[in-house]
Amino acid sequence: MTAADDAIRVFVVDDHQLFLAGVRAELGSSFEIVGQAEDVDSAVAGIVREKPDVVLVDVHMPAGGGAAVVERVLLAEPDIRFLALSMSDAAEDVIGVIRSGARGYVTKTISPTELVDAVRRVNEGDAVFSPRLAGFVLDAFTDPQPAELDPELDRLSGREREVLRLIARGYTYREIAAELHISVKTVETHVSSVLRKLQLSNRYQLTRWATERRIV
Amino acid sequence: MRAVRFEDRPSSEVVSISRAEATRPPGGNGASAGGPRPFFARSSNDRVIAGVAGGLAERIRIDPVVVRLAFVVLALAGGVGVVLYLVLWTIGRAETETRPAWRAGGDAQRTVAAVSIVIGTLLVLRASHVWFGDALVWPVALAAVGSAIIWVRLDRSRSRGRERNGRANGLNGNGDRPAVAADTTRVSFARLAGGGVLVVAGVAVFLESNISSGTVGAVVVALAVAVAGLALIGGPWIARLVRQLGVERTERIRVEEREEVAAHLHDSVLQTLALIQRSEDPGRMRALARVQERDLRGWLYRSRDAGNGAGNLVSDAVDAVTERVELAHGIRLDTVIVGDRPVDARVQAVVDACGEALTNAAKHSGAGVVSLYVEVTDEDVTAFVRDQGSGFDPDAVPPDRRGIADSILGRMARNGGTAEIRSAPGEGTEIHLHVTRGDA
Repeated sequence: MTAADDAIRVFVVDDHQLFLAGVRAELGSSFEIVGQAEDVDSAVAGIVREKPDVVLVDVHMPAGGGAAVVERVLLAEPDIRFLALSMSDAAEDVIGVIRSGARGYVTKTISPTELVDAVRRVNEGDAVFSPRLAGFVLDAFTDPQPAELDPELDRLSGREREVLRLIARGYTYREIAAELHISVKTVETHVSSVLRKLQLSNRYQLTRWATERRIV
Repeated sequence: MRAVRFEDRPSSEVVSISRAEATRPPGGNGASAGGPRPFFARSSNDRVIAGVAGGLAERIRIDPVVVRLAFVVLALAGGVGVVLYLVLWTIGRAETETRPAWRAGGDAQRTVAAVSIVIGTLLVLRASHVWFGDALVWPVALAAVGSAIIWVRLDRSRSRGRERNGRANGLNGNGDRPAVAADTTRVSFARLAGGGVLVVAGVAVFLESNISSGTVGAVVVALAVAVAGLALIGGPWIARLVRQLGVERTERIRVEEREEVAAHLHDSVLQTLALIQRSEDPGRMRALARVQERDLRGWLYRSRDAGNGAGNLVSDAVDAVTERVELAHGIRLDTVIVGDRPVDARVQAVVDACGEALTNAAKHSGAGVVSLYVEVTDEDVTAFVRDQGSGFDPDAVPPDRRGIADSILGRMARNGGTAEIRSAPGEGTEIHLHVTRGDA
C-alpha cells in the first residue's frame, strides 16, 4: 500500500497560501506533491503539464473557481481525477464543482488522515462523499418529482439512499458495509452511481435547489 | 420547500400591519388598550400638509394617493374638501408613525368603496348647490381618477416587490421613498396609457367647457408648443438630475451596506480573533473559531432569506443547540440537516434531546468528533447523534447519568416519539431519535 501511495502524484490548487502550505505538509509524507497553483489559469497549465493522478482543488477561487479548473482540464486530460476541497458549504458551489466533473467533495475541516484516505479513494476511481455532500444530495433528490423524470438518472434507489444516509450520519464506508451486510466495494459502487446521477441528471430541481438552498 | 415560505408571506404582511397599529403611541390617544380608538391619527411620516391623508389612508387601508386625490376633488366641490381636511386635522391631534397601507397591498374593495363614497358625496353636494360648477369639478374628478390609475397599486406582487426594495435600500429610516421612486419606473404601460387617456380627457373637457369652442384648437396647439419648448429647455437637465439621483441612491445603498458589514465583522469576527489571540487553550481556540465560522456563514448565506416569515426553522434550532454544545465542550460537531420546516413542540423535543445526546457524547465518549444528522420530511423528523468514542453498555447505565433517562428517552416518550440507543463498550454510541408529525 505504501509503495503504491508513493506513486500517487498530487497537485494542489488553492488561492490561500496558508492553506496550500498546510495541505502540502499534511499530504507530503503520503504522496508526491507535483505542483501547486493559486489561480485558475496557472492551475490548468500546471496540471496539464504535470499530469498528476489526483488534483485537490479549492471550490472558491477568482475567475470561475474550482469548477472552471475541473472543466478545462477534463477537456484536455479526461483521466485526471479531482477532489474538491472547500471552506464553503454553499450547495450551489459544491454541486457546481461536482457536476463539472470532480469525483468528490470534502470540507477543509477534514482531518489529515481522512484527507489522505479520500485522496487514495479518488485515485482508485471511487467517489468521495463527505457527510455534508451526502446531505446535499439527499436534500436535492428528495423534492417531489414529476413523473417524466428518467429513473435511471433522476432518482436514487432505496439502497443508494440508505448508503447516503449512513454517510451523512458519519459512518465510514467500512461501517456502512457492516451495517448493511454488503462489501465495501458494493458501498463504493453505490456511491459512484450516485455521483454519476449527480453529474448527469438534468433534473431541473437540482440546479434550482442548489441556488435556493444557499447553505445547510 | 422554499415555495412554501413564499406562500407564507401574505400572513406575515397581516402581522406587520397589526404591528404597525400596535405601535401607536399609547399616551397620545390613551385608547390603545381596548378603549374606543380615535377615528384616525395623523401620520408623522407620510405627509404632504399635516399627515391627515396619510393617517386616514392607513386607518381605512387604502392608498394615500386615493385619499389625497379625493380631498383635491372635494376641495373644488365648493371647498368641502378643505373644510373636511381642517376638521380631521383638529380631530386627529395625535401623530403617529404610519405604515402606508399600500405597502401591505391596499385593499381593492375598500378603494372602490372610497371612490364611490366620494362620487356620492359629489352628487349630494351638487344637488345641494354647494358647487363651483360642473365645468370645474367633473374634469378634475376625471383627471383625478386617471392619476389614481397610474399611481395607485393594489396588487400584492407589486407591494411585495416594494417591500423588498425598502429592505434593500437599507431602511434609511424612511425606506419607502427610494422604493417608490424605483417602483414608478415599473408602472405598467397599460396603466400609464389608461390613466393618461383619462387625464387628457379631463383636461380636454375642462378646456372645452371653459373656453369658447372655436379657440380650443388654438389653445391646444399653444399648450403643445409650450410643452415642447419646456422639454427642449429643461429635458436634458431633468434627465441628468434623474440619473444623478439614481447614482447617488446606489452610492448611498452601497455605503450603508458596507457600514453594516463592517459593524457585523467588528462585533463578531474581530472580537473572536481578539479572544483567540488571548486564549492559551487550543481546544478553546478551536471552539471559538468554529462558533465564529458558523455565525459568519449563517450571516453571509442566510440573511437574504431572513424575514420571509417562516418563523423559527429546524435548522436554526439545531444550529443554536450545536453552537451551545461546541462552545461548552470544545468539541467538533459535524452537522448535516436534510429538509427544513418550522419548529413545533414535537420537533423542539427532538432538538432538545439532540442537545442532550450531543452533550453526553462530548462529555463521556472521549471522541473528538460527533456527527449529527437530522432529516426533516413532511411526515416526520429523524435525528442521529453518533460518536466513535468509548461507548457504554446501555443496560448498565450508571444511575448518575440521568440525562439519558430523563432528557432523551423520557422527553421523546412524552412527545410521542421514540429514542433508541445503540452502544457497546469500545464501539462508539449512536442515538436515534424519531418523531412523527401530527396532533399530539
